[in-house]
Amino acid sequence: MDKLRHMGIISSGFLGRRRTDDPRLPPGQYLTEGFPVLSAGPTPRIAKDDWAFTITTEKGDVHRWSWDEFMALPQEDVSTDIHCVTSWSKLGTSWRGVALDTLFKDVDTSFEYTMAHSYGGYTTNVPLADLLNGKAWVAHSFDGKDLEPEHGGPARLLVPHLYFWKSAKWVNGLQMLPQDQPGFWEQNGYNMYGDPWKEQRYW
Amino acid sequence: MSNVWRAADVVDTRMETPTARTIRLRIPGLHGHLAGQHVDIRLTAPDGYQAVRSYSIASGGGRGALEPHELPDDELELTVEELADGEVSPYLVRGLQNGDQLEVRGPVGGWFVWRPGDTTPVQLIAGGSGVVPLMSMARAHAAAASTAPFRMLYSVRAPFSRYYTDELATLATDAAPLEVDYIYTRQAPPDSDAKPGRLTAEGLMQRVLPASDSPTFFICGSTPFVEAVSGWLVDAGHDPARVRTERYGGVGGTP
Repeated sequence: MDKLRHMGIISSGFLGRRRTDDPRLPPGQYLTEGFPVLSAGPTPRIAKDDWAFTITTEKGDVHRWSWDEFMALPQEDVSTDIHCVTSWSKLGTSWRGVALDTLFKDVDTSFEYTMAHSYGGYTTNVPLADLLNGKAWVAHSFDGKDLEPEHGGPARLLVPHLYFWKSAKWVNGLQMLPQDQPGFWEQNGYNMYGDPWKEQRYW
Repeated sequence: MSNVWRAADVVDTRMETPTARTIRLRIPGLHGHLAGQHVDIRLTAPDGYQAVRSYSIASGGGRGALEPHELPDDELELTVEELADGEVSPYLVRGLQNGDQLEVRGPVGGWFVWRPGDTTPVQLIAGGSGVVPLMSMARAHAAAASTAPFRMLYSVRAPFSRYYTDELATLATDAAPLEVDYIYTRQAPPDSDAKPGRLTAEGLMQRVLPASDSPTFFICGSTPFVEAVSGWLVDAGHDPARVRTERYGGVGGTP
């Protein structure tokens, strides 16, 4: 229905080649077999020995995991579709990591929003409800291998039901927030929430 | 406004190289754009099938490649590189004609942009068609007669793969001078002593503003190019916070 409503201008010479009516593909997305890279600056190189992940609450409590502590937590294998705001989607990607449910198990907070922080200074905002109940992970492996630095290794956030810029590369922490605040791309033209099924791409 | 699709008229086009084409679009309701931003282009086939891709804007500061060079506020130019396995780019480079319409969303982007009020020295580094958003910045720099030092390093396969050759030579003598260095990866010009070859860390450092100038870097190209160049700059002591990157297939890419 959406397609008919937004029929647009016909380009009679344009045929298009990749006709995928795959129901797993959100509106305006096309399939890619590759794994394109999107980032705003140089790739930070973080040794696992120097890596840590923290969750910081309104009371100032800091829950901290070193790499070894993080890897000792229950691990989950995740197969999921991912959708980049630049219009590519990749189906059935394989990840391994720790569910945010596991990381939040002992976190006492009444705040409903988070800001994800990364090595290199990147930030992105995600409501807490979008991180819990099996919706999000801190992933350290892709396709059975350590996550490459250019794809966010040693570990990145994985929030596959939102556009992929929300899945912060090189993630190192979550700060609990009382209200939603824009992160890096959200201050630079991109949507606060980023639901691919509603095409929430830009401001 | 960025989420709204608007009809755009193709006003004029020009081939920049055998595989790249500059397209001037008139977009009623557009009020200029920032140098370095991109737009999304949507094409609709006769059966309703649609495809969307992002393309960097080539014009900047109201200047473009096509005659007349001065652009009204509701026009902009893209330069699109044809990808052999592309779905959208072959049509834009080979099929689209003057007077055709297509749909445009944007302009978008507030990070990989240059603003005329910024006096910080700027080093632009382009790999292939990654020169497009950087040319937008160079044009905005010239249009504003900016005093900010500007330097461009442009890595291309061969002389015939260069975009905007004459204009870049002109900009180098403009009121807002731009220094341009080329690296030829496959074939150097006949009158050049330089051997073709890929950019190296050493070659890069010889052709960019020094760390003592605290330049802002804008790097655009393929992922391996951007990864290598940005890594070398950080290794050489440039502040990662001043290194801004964009890649094909990322925002503003040209798949």
